[in-house]
Amino acid sequence: MAQRPANGPAWPETLIGLGLLGVAGVVWWQTAAIATSPLYAKVGPRIFPYLTAIGLAVLAAAMVVAGLRGGWQTDEERAVATDWRAVGFVAAGLLCNVVLIGPAGFTLASVVMFVLVAHGFGSRAPLRDGAIALVFALAAYFGFAKALGVNIGAGPLERVVERLLGA
Amino acid sequence: METLAQLGTGFGVALSPENLLWCLLGTTLGTAIGVLPGLGPALTIALLLPITFQVPPTAAFILFAGIYYGAMYGGSTTSILLNTPGESATIVTALEGNKMARSGRAGAALATAAIGSFVAGTVGTLGITFLAPVVANFALSFGPAEYFSLMVLAFVTVSAVLGSSAVRGVAALFFGIWLGLIGIDLQTGQARFTFGLDELLDGVNVIVVAVGLFAVGETFYVAARRHAGKDEILPLRGSLYMTREEWSRSWKPWLRGAAIGFPIGAMPAGGSEVPTFLSYWAEKKLSKHPEEFGTTGAIEGVAGPEAANNASAAGVLVPMLTLGLPTGATAAIMLSAFQSYGINPGPLLFQSQPALVWGLIASLYIANVMLLVLNLPLVGLWVRILRVPPPLLYAGILVFATIGTYGISNSAVDLILLYVIGAIGFVMRRYDFPAAPVVIGMILGPLAEQEFRRAMTISNGDWSVLVTQPLSATMLVLAGLALVGPMVWRVARRG
Repeated sequence: MAQRPANGPAWPETLIGLGLLGVAGVVWWQTAAIATSPLYAKVGPRIFPYLTAIGLAVLAAAMVVAGLRGGWQTDEERAVATDWRAVGFVAAGLLCNVVLIGPAGFTLASVVMFVLVAHGFGSRAPLRDGAIALVFALAAYFGFAKALGVNIGAGPLERVVERLLGA
Repeated sequence: METLAQLGTGFGVALSPENLLWCLLGTTLGTAIGVLPGLGPALTIALLLPITFQVPPTAAFILFAGIYYGAMYGGSTTSILLNTPGESATIVTALEGNKMARSGRAGAALATAAIGSFVAGTVGTLGITFLAPVVANFALSFGPAEYFSLMVLAFVTVSAVLGSSAVRGVAALFFGIWLGLIGIDLQTGQARFTFGLDELLDGVNVIVVAVGLFAVGETFYVAARRHAGKDEILPLRGSLYMTREEWSRSWKPWLRGAAIGFPIGAMPAGGSEVPTFLSYWAEKKLSKHPEEFGTTGAIEGVAGPEAANNASAAGVLVPMLTLGLPTGATAAIMLSAFQSYGINPGPLLFQSQPALVWGLIASLYIANVMLLVLNLPLVGLWVRILRVPPPLLYAGILVFATIGTYGISNSAVDLILLYVIGAIGFVMRRYDFPAAPVVIGMILGPLAEQEFRRAMTISNGDWSVLVTQPLSATMLVLAGLALVGPMVWRVARRG
């Protein structure tokens, strides 16, 4: 990778390093909490987790250093500003999905998520997207999910369609 | 001779009407997801993992292998017509292939890619047929120490050698290993890293991690930079049939690509980026038309790397089947499918499940023939798939991601975990961390721990067994060299 001239610390990269250092700390702390029996003292369940924590900590420290020296993100990537509005709509879609899938069922939750995500990606036809999503989600529910034999929780809408199909 | 007899039995399995249908389904689906940017074989197979509860193992693996091979074929179409590599392995194809399409020779580029994929895929499958039993025989002598050291070697090569940075690659690997350690420790029954959540006692599901990284993370990433240049789809022009000159310029690169790709894929290092770049470099050096490289597009630069890509994809299946050692994200997910059936890939697989192994290998030959047909005469169909508008494509991917994850246990915890891993995947993508080592570490980490503890139990806690047994020591030395070598090389070159 091309080395860029040092132009002060790159804070996102430094933060990633610090965050990973935090993860290493949590891994270490939780490893210490694993109960061990003296029987397994030599080859117990803690050795690998400790090695993982040490590895993460060393690499995180290296990243903090690299971050303070100007970071490693490629110029191409750095030049593209994050479209937070688009990311926000995708995140909102996912959030709605988690909240709605229990009470409203898979299909309705999917339609809401689909419309929000498509909007985030620049689509400006929510009704059309919603209609596509409805057909798509029902097809996915009755085709893909049933074929795979997974149960993804039927809501009111799925029950209605099931009754219609059964009739 | 024994191998041929076994292969014959395998064809008996693979040619049953039902298995032919699975193969056709897999290759078709694989081509489609290979063509679509943002979807890859690892994600697709992860979403289809629940099928392992429904169908016999042979059918599932024929389906998965078809998807895996199909994605390699489909990826080239996207690289040539859109200049956005559908898979990391087809980055090199985009270099010359897109130039050819721009100068009106898209048809010839697609043809040499598809036929080259067929030739190399078949050579690679022949390689599996004759190499795999040999490796399996050799691996019968491996003890826990050898297995552990072999896994360390694979860890180093997949995370530190491939990719742009050893630090970020190994960090991704350790993160994956940690994810793999979450849950009940099988040897002592102790819960590890469950943070008091009952949902985590069974461990983090690989579907959640793979779908989070490859579907949710990718969606965030594409959304975040959706204004960063639009790619145009080039029209499909030029005859799909190659001229006599194009044939004569293609066949040697195909064979060279296969010769470069298969051995590298079959090594415990794996990866398809290295062989494709090597092949591109070789063809550029050997070509009689070096002036076409990077200008109007040289057909050798498509034929060679495409062949190398498919041969290395075949090669990756050798360590996967004979050693249980996945060296790519897709192979790691296939390994978890084996685990879901309670089958342990490894040297004994060839004795315990001959119908499965040889049926799978035979189906690879059939898949190659199907893919040649799917990708040459029907290429127009796939071009149409490229026209799915991104808003609908990515919204649809998230709907499938929901089915794949929520379907596991109907738990909102899984969905939340999926989105958290998706957010991590987004940051990783934006800051150039590779995702494959996470999946490999997650699957292979617990297996490495198991072998390590077995070795320690046998040696009574004496760590030196890892270096006193010659085979194990050799592999650890190789791993050390692979880890430090590039750094030393860089320092030496600078100084």
